[in-house]
Amino acid sequence: MLRRVFVSGLSWAYLALVYAFIFLPVAVLVLFSFQDGRLPVPPFNGFSTQWYEAVFADRKLMAALGNSMLVAISSSVVSCVLGFLAAYSLARYKLPGSALQRGLLIAPMTVSYLIIALGLLSLLNALHMPLSLLTVGIGHVVINLPLCFAIIYASMGDHQINIERAARDLGANDFKVMALVTAPMLMPSILAAFFLSVTFSWDEFIIAFLLSRFDVTLPVEIWSMLRSGLNPKTNAIGSLVFLASVALLLILEFSLFGRTKKQ
Amino acid sequence: MTAPVSIENVSKTFGHFTALDSVSLDIRAGEFIVLLGPSGCGKTTLLSILGGFLSPSSGRVVIGENDMTFVTPSKRPTTTMFQDYALFPHMRLSDNVGFGLRMRGLGKAERDEKALGFLDLVGLKASAGKRPHELSGGQRQRVALARALAVDPEVLLLDEPLGALDLKLRRQMQDELKAIQKRVGTTFVHVTHDQEEAMAIADRIVVMNQGRIEDFGPPSQIYMRPRSLFSAGFMGEVNFVPGRVKTADAACAEVETSLGSLALPAANFTAAAPKAGDAITLTIRPEHFRGADKSGEPMFALGDAKVAGSAFFGTHYRCHLQPCASDGDALVAHLPQSAEVRDGEIVPLAVRAADVVALPAASGTL
Repeated sequence: MLRRVFVSGLSWAYLALVYAFIFLPVAVLVLFSFQDGRLPVPPFNGFSTQWYEAVFADRKLMAALGNSMLVAISSSVVSCVLGFLAAYSLARYKLPGSALQRGLLIAPMTVSYLIIALGLLSLLNALHMPLSLLTVGIGHVVINLPLCFAIIYASMGDHQINIERAARDLGANDFKVMALVTAPMLMPSILAAFFLSVTFSWDEFIIAFLLSRFDVTLPVEIWSMLRSGLNPKTNAIGSLVFLASVALLLILEFSLFGRTKKQ
Repeated sequence: MTAPVSIENVSKTFGHFTALDSVSLDIRAGEFIVLLGPSGCGKTTLLSILGGFLSPSSGRVVIGENDMTFVTPSKRPTTTMFQDYALFPHMRLSDNVGFGLRMRGLGKAERDEKALGFLDLVGLKASAGKRPHELSGGQRQRVALARALAVDPEVLLLDEPLGALDLKLRRQMQDELKAIQKRVGTTFVHVTHDQEEAMAIADRIVVMNQGRIEDFGPPSQIYMRPRSLFSAGFMGEVNFVPGRVKTADAACAEVETSLGSLALPAANFTAAAPKAGDAITLTIRPEHFRGADKSGEPMFALGDAKVAGSAFFGTHYRCHLQPCASDGDALVAHLPQSAEVRDGEIVPLAVRAADVVALPAASGTL
């Protein structure tokens, strides 16, 4: 009896430790964003929302936030559309070297972001293409397309083939089959790919840093703030970014996984 | 709408495998045709060729007046009801049924109204707003039927649509299918491996085996006067008795078997006219054995047989009988409920001449 209490106590302690390890940094970040003082380090001097006010008053930061959203959403839409089309063709048609093509599509996942960014940088230079949010978006499509392809491809099963056949049999052309039947059927996985891609793009720093110039995304702006030293304002903006990610995750959980459970 | 279908010398090969071997078939407009055969006999391949999902290696498919051999499924006057129903999971039932009409450019209000009409036809009008996953198997079946009929096809193709249902529901759906087919008048081509299902719904049955048509005709003809050993064996239980033609003329043939000799009318030779010396196989249905001669009809006594086991089946006793005259194969006979047979009992066997069908012996046909 005593032994069992001991063992179960130990496993609870282990659980608590794991969660503490994962969430303590975030908790500290959020806590010191409310710091009433100039330094986001202990001791905690008191509760204040002045740093949030400072964040919302900071034009550059708000512009960066807008840029981040723009890049995240548009690059994710492009990644999902391209990923869906690639998955559809590879799952439904016999293509030459389809195993190789699948491998090539997923390969960028294994390359570090730094290498991808450097490669794109020299390519853009050679093309005389100026750095901008567009080039950041292109970089994010490169890293998110493999992810979107893999998620959507995995959800394309043979049981959907007959459903697509039925649509064709009832008079739908290839485009209508894709738009009215295949894509809606795969919507849970397409949305999962989209939201994951948005969070990756939202957080991404290296590519955004190397491929942008005047308009920058939020992580790059935060990085330039950090160069002038620690400041509870960076904690505040970090907390906001965290909040946005959590919100996305919750949307994903309730809108998609709730729906698939029902089916 | 309805249209006749003509299949002319259609063959289909997959690599070295011949799935269909020069199949020809003429289906009349408004007929309920059942393609019957074991798995791998080519019946589903033939249905896919009719629906346009496969194109034949050679031969022609004509629906109505038009050559449809290489026309895509979306442009054919056919619709298919798939084995797994293939309903659109993300659409309400009314949108599922209205999908074909939407593809034909009908407005929302008009196609909803038509869709409701077809849902009503299959008894699901009240569920129009539901999605497929809220329905039972039998209900999904009906939605698939309504969806396929909503575009008013000339020919409806049904690919083992009742295969996934339990027996009772299957029998019920068979009756409904038949009734709906009568009402809409569309030509139905239905694939199954269940011979009872085939007899329950078909106007004419096509018995297929190894890519060929073995027999084609109304259920009673296929059952009573089969034209091949395969057809006889696939449609219910049958006894095969080997024999030889002793003498033959235009009206009658004398046949010798291990059970004695019989004089059969030439009409009972359904596959080929009898010639003296032919090796043949007599097919006798279990229910055609009579205990003894009671009516005044011409009967052939087949000698005595010993009961080697029996079981009560409700409508009859199914008995294994060992003929006393030969040590050949045991026979299966269905004796009437009132027979009260006991193991080891000796019963006299007889059969009506009209009930015996003579077919060429196995080596001759296969």
